[in-house]
Amino acid sequence: MKEIVVISGKGGTGKTSITASFTVLGAPTLVAADCDVDAADMHLLLKPDMAIREDFYSGEVAVIDPSACIGCGRCAQVCHFNAISRRGRTYEIDSLACEGCGYCSRVCPTRAISNHPEKAGQLFVSTTRVGCTMVHAKLGIGSDNSGKLVAEVKKRAKALVEQQGKELVLVDGSPGIGCPVVSSLSGASFVVLVTEPTVSGLHDLQRVCELVEKFKIPSGCIINKSDINPEMTEKIVTYLDSQHITLLAVLPYDESVSRAMIAEKTIVEYEQESPIKDQLKNAWHRLGDFLNK
Amino acid sequence: MGDIVIASGKGGTGKTTLSTNLAALLAETESVVLVDLDVEEPNSGLFIRGTETKREIKYKQIPQWDSSACTLCGLCQRVCNFHALIKLGKEIMIFPQLCHGCYACSDLCPVEALPMVPVRMGETRRFDLDKLVFIESRLDIGEEQAVPLIAQTKGYVKDTFASYTYRIYDAPPGTSCPVIEAARSADLVILVTEPTPFGLNDLKLAVETIRQMGNPFGVVINRYGVGNDSVDQYCETEHIPVLARLPNDRRAAELYSRGQRIYTELPAFRSELEKVADYIKKLSGSKR
Repeated sequence: MKEIVVISGKGGTGKTSITASFTVLGAPTLVAADCDVDAADMHLLLKPDMAIREDFYSGEVAVIDPSACIGCGRCAQVCHFNAISRRGRTYEIDSLACEGCGYCSRVCPTRAISNHPEKAGQLFVSTTRVGCTMVHAKLGIGSDNSGKLVAEVKKRAKALVEQQGKELVLVDGSPGIGCPVVSSLSGASFVVLVTEPTVSGLHDLQRVCELVEKFKIPSGCIINKSDINPEMTEKIVTYLDSQHITLLAVLPYDESVSRAMIAEKTIVEYEQESPIKDQLKNAWHRLGDFLNK
Repeated sequence: MGDIVIASGKGGTGKTTLSTNLAALLAETESVVLVDLDVEEPNSGLFIRGTETKREIKYKQIPQWDSSACTLCGLCQRVCNFHALIKLGKEIMIFPQLCHGCYACSDLCPVEALPMVPVRMGETRRFDLDKLVFIESRLDIGEEQAVPLIAQTKGYVKDTFASYTYRIYDAPPGTSCPVIEAARSADLVILVTEPTPFGLNDLKLAVETIRQMGNPFGVVINRYGVGNDSVDQYCETEHIPVLARLPNDRRAAELYSRGQRIYTELPAFRSELEKVADYIKKLSGSKR
């Protein structure tokens, strides 16, 4: 089983549109996993049926029983997350700020504080409109542990690949370099980096490449909206060369991607002519070659 | 009034564009500090080129095992909800990446065998321009937890720039813990979106988040004209003020790509940006 993870460092570079296009192109051979659990969008293009829905619990949140609280304030003194404040004669916990460490409940003299499992989000297993299975999720508001939800989504997708006799998990990763990204990357066979030729696109690409380097995963890059700044595109190409990262595609700025999105289609399915279609198909074939090497 | 957080559910909608241009515009007449809280991928500094006047390494606190004091009672392992330390044979093993810095193991250890020690997580830099101060915090690569660095940066800004008229924060994208930490106690949250299905979907998530937090908020629609009017319709139905509609213009994308300011070059962009500035000024006027 192989696993391709698409990430971008910077948001808004076209990562999800490209991943959804790849899903359409490779539908018979893969299971898709949307690991951008913070702001998942791939379902808008692939129309999953959400046949299986499960609550995902992770971590804990502390609750104070006001009838048992004597207002001593010991809990607020030990909390390092500013999650506990006085309200009248008793204390109260801000569940958004609480990290669930449980320190407060351990020092409360009247045992007024209890810890409850926190619902961190929902996980879905779906059939998409293009036929393949997709695992996706919705993170609860302000939830910690998005890394764990990402790990769970990937675990499910891998199990489904085995079960269905498919070859590949295709992962839409999350932006940034923090815990959900680290979780997205672990176990990947190949990383696709999507970037754009802007000062921030290059900057974020460099940071995310440093992270990928730590995992020693081979990677390739797609430069989107390349004609917005041809010199910056050149700079990115030079950088990729120096890092031995394969250039998979150089796509032009094309507003038909937005129009396809409004028509709830991926660009590779959209009826209007676009140079991007063939280039993405080509990139997808090259990815296949890499995986089979 | 004075703490304004620029956020968005979806990444790449124009948070940094709005933050940097708005800060520069407001700084024409007021004292402004711009703070980049997108510590995983800080970008504002690419658009604000000032002189670096301060650089500070930032630390988080992690327990360190003192084997000579430890009695191997195992209490630390029992109190840690994050499994960041385990007792393995005659040793306590610590996993710094899992530690949230709650101090429970350290404080509750009966023999003080787990003192908290500082461990580098990133750095904060200060840049000074004519009338604008810019603060950037940057998480070290390999560090997974953004929240402690965001919290420390906000603390530093509150202490140092309390007298400034506006403190503008460029928040990380999404709806999870880093955004919550960034937007806590904001006087106004501005959600930047774009008029596409992705933009609308992620705006809804962001609105849900901010509503739960209870901060006043408004929306700025970027790349206006590229998609459809579903974001306008949503904001109208939900009674959310749309502060401005920044025009979709390839020249804006090109200026951005070079790290240049947009409002000074494109009058249509400037007039929309001024609407945001006016809204902020009016809001702070009514609160004074």
